[in-house]
Amino acid sequence: MTALPVTSSPQTDAMTMNTAPAKYQRFTPLQRAARYLVYVIMLASLFASLRTVEVIPEFLYDAPTQMADMFERMWPLDIAAYPGTIHQALMETLNIATLGTLLCLILAVPLALLNARNVMPSRIVNWLAQTCLVTSRSVNSLVWALLFVAIFGPGTIAGVLAVALRSVGFVGKLLAEALEEINMGSIEALKATGASMPSILVKGYWPQVVPAFFSIVLFRWDINVRESAVLGLVGAGGIGVVLNDAMNLFQWQLVATILVSILVVVLLAEWVVVRVRKKLI
Amino acid sequence: MASVTPHLNPFKTNWLMRVGTLVVAGYILYAFSNMGLNFQRMAIGMEHAERLLSRMFPPNFERWELLLHDLMESLQIAIIASAVGIIISLFVGLFAARNLMPNIISAPARVIIAICRTFHPVIIAILFVKSVGFGALAGILTLIVASIGFIAKLFAEAIEEISLKQVEAIRATGASFVSLILFAVLPQVFSRFIGFSTYQLDSNLRNSTMVGLVGAGGLGGTLFSAFQRFDYDFVTAILLTIIALILLGEALSNLVRRVFSS
Repeated sequence: MTALPVTSSPQTDAMTMNTAPAKYQRFTPLQRAARYLVYVIMLASLFASLRTVEVIPEFLYDAPTQMADMFERMWPLDIAAYPGTIHQALMETLNIATLGTLLCLILAVPLALLNARNVMPSRIVNWLAQTCLVTSRSVNSLVWALLFVAIFGPGTIAGVLAVALRSVGFVGKLLAEALEEINMGSIEALKATGASMPSILVKGYWPQVVPAFFSIVLFRWDINVRESAVLGLVGAGGIGVVLNDAMNLFQWQLVATILVSILVVVLLAEWVVVRVRKKLI
Repeated sequence: MASVTPHLNPFKTNWLMRVGTLVVAGYILYAFSNMGLNFQRMAIGMEHAERLLSRMFPPNFERWELLLHDLMESLQIAIIASAVGIIISLFVGLFAARNLMPNIISAPARVIIAICRTFHPVIIAILFVKSVGFGALAGILTLIVASIGFIAKLFAEAIEEISLKQVEAIRATGASFVSLILFAVLPQVFSRFIGFSTYQLDSNLRNSTMVGLVGAGGLGGTLFSAFQRFDYDFVTAILLTIIALILLGEALSNLVRRVFSS
């Protein structure tokens, strides 16, 4: 909250003392009008959507019964299936997430350097790199996976590339922000010694962004573990393929086992990230 | 003349880092050899990519009526899910704040938030599609769950960071619990809550185009079936529509944030 606008100033209060009580208001009339306008537009769009959305009411009433039925079919877990099919698919998922994260760095680091205003002085290049990063982020990883399945056929490669291209936008943006926040003093000192551009990058910029770099990469890896679990639904390898098959065959106990194992892997990944971050940073 | 001091390297060699780099490089080689990726396959892939790109352009907007209908459905899913999700997470977030609620209330609320967060929205969407059938309803329910996981968590954290002085001051006047929340807690976190909500509205817009891939309504379903029917020029049209929708959503949420930021 910034300074609160007051409709009557102290001087006018002193002059008109005992005539009119000072009225303090938190917002100017324009601010209030803008807020009310936002509320009204939100409510109007909500009601318009509720009136036009195609929801069959019977399905809505029926939902709790159907869901209870589904969970009933999921119990007990089919643990015997784990060593046979699930374990290998889980490892493949982890490989997709890790390789995708590593591969994205090849594209993300140069783009981040081109996007950072203090590294690359040309505004046009900054803007071009920014456009690449935004495009990567605005296409969902499942859509990336669909594109790569169309190119390379179903399998792990499509998954790795989808994860990598989706991560470029995220990692590149955060890395560029970290680069822009560094202290330029040491860079100027290096420049004064006549150091070449590569050595300025390696000895000037890199040591200052190392902690940010590792925390960004670890954070993205954690996200990628969750995302790569669903890529198999469009045929891009990993546990999602097994999940999709089990669901198409209505093997609900197997589905439940797969979901629980995904949950365990996600929690484990989170734990690993916390531990590694403490070690590295 | 003083003796020459031994040259000190200002940049220490970091052996841990070097070994780590080697391990990572080894892992990449191992994983790639496992995937069966070779140059022949790359070459075939590049050929496919060339053909795909040539068939994707120019985009085909012939079926714009279908596109518009799906776009509206995606919008409706995002708006309804955001509204319901924001209202529910207002309460869940309040209940999950440990500095306001006893442990017996905050612990279950935290469990609810954790459950909503752990699974990817697509997996939740699949479960809802199987239990309530294809269509917009499954998408709405999915995005409500996703919204609770995000907004309620951050909202609870924001409440835990507030200054308790104002709470004490309001409490000293003998105010009821509801007024305590309304006049001591909410004013301190309201602008952040708006921030979380607009961000979630934005990400709900993105996700409403994706839940259709598993049959939960919106643009994603049409995208997926266009892919399966090899209508690649229509795919481009849908992708362009999605990107336009996302840019619009970003602009809108920036506008709302600016209105409430003062």
